[in-house]
Amino acid sequence: MIMIGQQLLNGLTIGSIYALIALGYTMVYGVLKLINFAHGDLFAVGAFLGSSVILFGLSQAGLPSLIVLVLTLLLIAFFVAVLGVMIERIAYRPVRSAGRLPALVSALGVSIVLQNGIMLIWGARPRAFPSHILPEYKWNVFGILISWTQLGILLLSFLLMISLYVFVQKTRTGAALRAIAVDQQTAQLMGIHVNKLIRLVFIIGPALGGIAGVMVGLYYGQIIFTMGWSYGLKAFTVAILGGIGNIPGAMVGGLLLGVIESLAAGYISGNWKEVISFIVLILILLVRPTGLLGERVAEKI
Amino acid sequence: MMTPKADQTARDALFGKLGHNVLTILFFLVAIIYPWLVGLNPYYLEIGFNFWLWSLLALSLNVVLGGPGLYNLGQAAFFAVGAYTTALMNTLLGWPIFLLLPVSMLTAAIFGYIIARPIIHLRGDYLLIVTVGFAEIVRLALRNNMFGITGGANGILGIARPQLGPWTFTSNLDFYFLSLLYVLLAMWVWRQLEHSRVGRAWAYIREDELAAESVGVNTAAYKTLAFVVGASLAGAAGNLYATKMTVIAPESFSFWDSVVMFAIVILGGRGSIPGIFLGTFAMVVLPQLFRGLESYRMLVFGAAMVAMMIIRPQGLWPKDMRFRWRRPLTEGGEGR
Repeated sequence: MIMIGQQLLNGLTIGSIYALIALGYTMVYGVLKLINFAHGDLFAVGAFLGSSVILFGLSQAGLPSLIVLVLTLLLIAFFVAVLGVMIERIAYRPVRSAGRLPALVSALGVSIVLQNGIMLIWGARPRAFPSHILPEYKWNVFGILISWTQLGILLLSFLLMISLYVFVQKTRTGAALRAIAVDQQTAQLMGIHVNKLIRLVFIIGPALGGIAGVMVGLYYGQIIFTMGWSYGLKAFTVAILGGIGNIPGAMVGGLLLGVIESLAAGYISGNWKEVISFIVLILILLVRPTGLLGERVAEKI
Repeated sequence: MMTPKADQTARDALFGKLGHNVLTILFFLVAIIYPWLVGLNPYYLEIGFNFWLWSLLALSLNVVLGGPGLYNLGQAAFFAVGAYTTALMNTLLGWPIFLLLPVSMLTAAIFGYIIARPIIHLRGDYLLIVTVGFAEIVRLALRNNMFGITGGANGILGIARPQLGPWTFTSNLDFYFLSLLYVLLAMWVWRQLEHSRVGRAWAYIREDELAAESVGVNTAAYKTLAFVVGASLAGAAGNLYATKMTVIAPESFSFWDSVVMFAIVILGGRGSIPGIFLGTFAMVVLPQLFRGLESYRMLVFGAAMVAMMIIRPQGLWPKDMRFRWRRPLTEGGEGR
């Protein structure tokens, strides 16, 4: 029982990180119908920049660790968002009218640039993330161990997801976002500034992805330049699982995949952990071709 | 800038059917004398082999991507199946390489059918991610030594060279011409299909699947057929690769390899054979020639992919120029 509980908690932690990354995929897909392959690498940029910023903040500036952490998260969200907006402007907007395949290849190209950029700056070997910034203490709740890092990840990611959900559902800008996801041309005719909103999507998604990068660093204590690919693929799987373009779907899918994965890793074998997400994906798509929470956007076409 | 019409007329004059044939013959003449043009230098012969190998792989993906226009970003899986079939049956059973060519193609085709059949109804991007998933499952199954015979991460060594009567293919020159022959065969297959009932059905599905279905085209069957044909050609490439390298390992069939195949086809122009050769040159040969730049090479490579798509989204040598001018009128139309 305790082992199941522990695995569930671990699964929820990593699942909420998957969900944060998946939100970036699903939002971009919702408005552009583009699989943003560069998103996973933006997440990796967040992790690497985060490690450098934290090291600098602790050693050079000598600030208390909690302040360093908060500042790091804000800085990373900002920088990765700037990078995301630049990528949209340089690599995606010019090919938007050319159909979907050129945009896909362009996204793959950006992904290669980012991944190799990280390798050139921080090196190809795995790098230790300064995860000691949070206290090592673990609470014992009925035998299940909860660390500060896990608690922080769970709280922050839920807070971010709920804020995003409220923003998209309850505000005027959110309504406009939903409108361009359904029909860009009509939305434009209604006076919605489509380019501005697409830029907003490329601010929110990468900011969340960057924060998720810092979280992974804190949680596992180690980062490598190819992590964008493996986490990105999983997060995209999550987005499809939940029904791509669907924000609550990404959240549900993330938590579900995280839990399934950690249960499988605990009870089957760690070697096959990477495969499990794909097997789950294929099985779910066979039963529900539009993902768990369906997909209204593409159904009408 | 020329008007679309003038551009088209100029192109017709230059590359009319006759011009096209002359260019094709010239291209293959150069291909045949290439080994002597580079003075039989083994390094350049190796690059030549890689050129044909990747052209063959891109041709195999082109059946799916340029035929019915399905997004397949997991073609490396079929390449792997072909290579491992050849490697296993050669090292364990001692079957000769050339006999294993049809066997590898058949195995890959069966594999393609098994993968494609249940997922063929999925829309564009769903299909894409599922093919990525399948390819990863295959690679990890090989690496985890699933059946206890794939050799795990080290792969399989000691694959034999192909023999034809008393003659064994060993040198880079032999393999250069062998790979050229495989490519010619694959081109022939594509040409036959393209101008047949099957090819027309694929074109219809690519342009408007709903319309195709509503006039009675069995879209699921034709789409599956594209996967099967594409897989069998990739299986042939696997056979060629295994016997050339004599050593294969799971990491040769990664996501990255699928990306390169995908990029070649899109960069060259979907469905266009000259486009595939140009795309292979840009994606495979150029990076090898610039090996000196080392780490910055990949950075430039990625940036070039983006730049190419901005400058020529329709590909370097699209199949039919006129398409480009009709395109904006019909929203969507491709691989939903």
